[in-house]
Amino acid sequence: MKELMLGNKAVARGLYEAGCSFVSSYPGTPSTEITEEAARYEEIYCEWAPNEKVAAEAALGASIGGARSFCAMKHVGLNVAADPLFTAAYTGVNGGMIIAVADDPGMHSSQNEQDSRHYARAAKLVMLEPSDSQECLRFTKEAFALSERFDLPVLLRLSTRVSHSQSVTEIAGRAEIPLKEYQKNPQKYVMMPANAKGRHVFVEKRQAALKEYAETCSFNRIERGSSRIGIITSGISYQYAKEAFPEASFLKLGLCYPLPERLLINFAQSVEEVYVIEELDPFIEEHCRALGIPVKGKQQLTLLYEYSQNYLREQLRGEKPEFTCLDEDIPNRPPVMCPGCPHRGLFYSLKKLGLTVFGDIGCYTLGAAPPLQSVDTTICMGASISGLHGFNRVRPQSAKKSVAVIGDSTFMHSGITGLINITYNKGCSTVIILDNSITGMTGHQQNPTTGLTLKNEPTLAVSIEKICEGAGVKRIHVIDPNDIEGLQKLLKEETATEEPSVIITRRPCVLLKKVKKNPPFSVEPAKCVSCRACLGIGCPAISLREGKAHIDATLCVGCDLCRRLCRPGAILEGNR
Amino acid sequence: MIVGVGGQGTLLASRILGSVLLSQGFDVKLSEVHGMSQRGGSVVTYVKYSSGKVYSPLIDRGEADVILSFELLEAARWIPYLKPGGRVICSTQQIDPMPVITGAASYPENLTEKMRKKGVDLLALDALSLALKAGSAKAVNVVLMGVLSSLLPIPEECWKKAVSELVPEKLRELNLLAFDYGVKASGAVSA
Repeated sequence: MKELMLGNKAVARGLYEAGCSFVSSYPGTPSTEITEEAARYEEIYCEWAPNEKVAAEAALGASIGGARSFCAMKHVGLNVAADPLFTAAYTGVNGGMIIAVADDPGMHSSQNEQDSRHYARAAKLVMLEPSDSQECLRFTKEAFALSERFDLPVLLRLSTRVSHSQSVTEIAGRAEIPLKEYQKNPQKYVMMPANAKGRHVFVEKRQAALKEYAETCSFNRIERGSSRIGIITSGISYQYAKEAFPEASFLKLGLCYPLPERLLINFAQSVEEVYVIEELDPFIEEHCRALGIPVKGKQQLTLLYEYSQNYLREQLRGEKPEFTCLDEDIPNRPPVMCPGCPHRGLFYSLKKLGLTVFGDIGCYTLGAAPPLQSVDTTICMGASISGLHGFNRVRPQSAKKSVAVIGDSTFMHSGITGLINITYNKGCSTVIILDNSITGMTGHQQNPTTGLTLKNEPTLAVSIEKICEGAGVKRIHVIDPNDIEGLQKLLKEETATEEPSVIITRRPCVLLKKVKKNPPFSVEPAKCVSCRACLGIGCPAISLREGKAHIDATLCVGCDLCRRLCRPGAILEGNR
Repeated sequence: MIVGVGGQGTLLASRILGSVLLSQGFDVKLSEVHGMSQRGGSVVTYVKYSSGKVYSPLIDRGEADVILSFELLEAARWIPYLKPGGRVICSTQQIDPMPVITGAASYPENLTEKMRKKGVDLLALDALSLALKAGSAKAVNVVLMGVLSSLLPIPEECWKKAVSELVPEKLRELNLLAFDYGVKASGAVSA
């Protein structure tokens, strides 16, 4: 049966067909839908873990227990999971195991543009890289056998345009794979020095065997075209290159580490000119150069962002596209907090009080954008709390004018340890936990605080208050962020105190179905004095029309924030 | 190309279109945007189909046969992606982007005239009113699918089947009505 399928969904289908029975992941764009789609299959146990390290360790445990297991994460998530990754390379697996990592060239939804292929080399693993949804399915399926044959976790590298493109995919049924026997084997699974020394020998032998395997495996293929130009490529770059050079010969690498050295050399010798076309780092290119193959690549192609067919035509063929341009300045349309977003009241208040704000990863990163512009830093998951502690230690005078902001899911992911660092080391920072009852930015995933599992089964809801209490915080307050007066008073008090404090701003994400929306508000133009106070909160539903504030009825959800700021009382509630 | 503002329902539109094209035996690729840019930002979905093989899922400058826009400014933004001689279908709804709301920029005026002056074959209509007439502002995507259907030589039943399959059951009738309004509107605007 053929279906138009998202790359991520095709990976999930591959898991199903290959008899995978355990999935543990932490959401992260562009990887999230793999796990969401896998959760639709009754046959696969699926869970959201609090972070990627936990997910990878849980998947390794399931593999040791004999099941085919899987975990997915975005590129920066693999940094979090790097610790188990490097040692899982030593222990190897029992049931087959795949770690999917989705890179985000162009940074559509990420804080950096790292190239995860380097992990395969650094951890001495094998990495597959599909180019479309059909390959997502096939590579996922075959990766389990590869994992079991060579006794290692297999890395499956995706990128935004593979994960989030739909293409025609042929599906099949599920193979039932029985749980493998578990046998105690400390030499393999207890990585203390004496055992790890032995396993390192195994790892190096395995690498040599994998190199040999790469030479003839079905993941790599040559598409013979003209002998004038040969292109070595992989992943999504293959698709761009096929459009830009339909006549060329191709060496398409589906197994992007370890690289097939003889195949590379032979292919290069069969053509007059060789290009390596790969987004981000010259990973394949440098390998070719080390082999003495005279390739062209990053001298003409950028290390930055995504490629496209036009970009390759322009850079490599000197062909410019023909297109129409309006002679008009088109204003940008950056992403914004949604109308009714519970974060808006908080960031408005932080800006008003002029606080230094250590930010974190989530929808609330948008608090850095105009007009709220109240965020000072965004680094990685959890860095708000730990970063603020360091900042305040060296600038004690700043402690009373600074806060950390972190979402509920991010706090569970890696905020807790930062909080413990503050209480243990006698800090006095103020931490704000934005509890909107969901993991928002990635598209509404449950997390340990929401009381529901990935499969929407009721479970215990981990209490943020009790975790903070357990970490030694004595001052813990909960407030509705739309109560801006109360919130500002609380912020003043808590930043002034000499001990650590936590403010939990609690209001569910407005996009949640269970959140009741109010009828749209409106503006009485005669009363509006054009003071622009309502525009200061950066609500996309409010704009200026003929000098007066105007509320777009299709966008407004009646959150009431603007009305609270309107001194002349020109903003009216909708009819209930 | 299907373009608009995050939250307007562009993803559903591309899925309906993709499903229709697949049912006609074409090779199809769609490329979507998820994550941060979805939050009220400028969003674009690429839909490519061919009787041969489609490689790149992206549409580049000068390549789109049709741009279907949910919002006027977004149509103007993506004009460079239109193939010379290509067509733009645009809902005339205007949503101010944040730089306009904060006063850092202004919403350009007379965009439909400016596009036509550049030789753009533009079909502009108030899809929002039609969607509201059908029963929900959210049905703009299906109204626009109705308009688009009149440009492609694919039987109306195929479109309606895809719409029925891809919208929630309780909204099926509303959306089929929205589709019909779109079909009719395309005739009225072209004539």
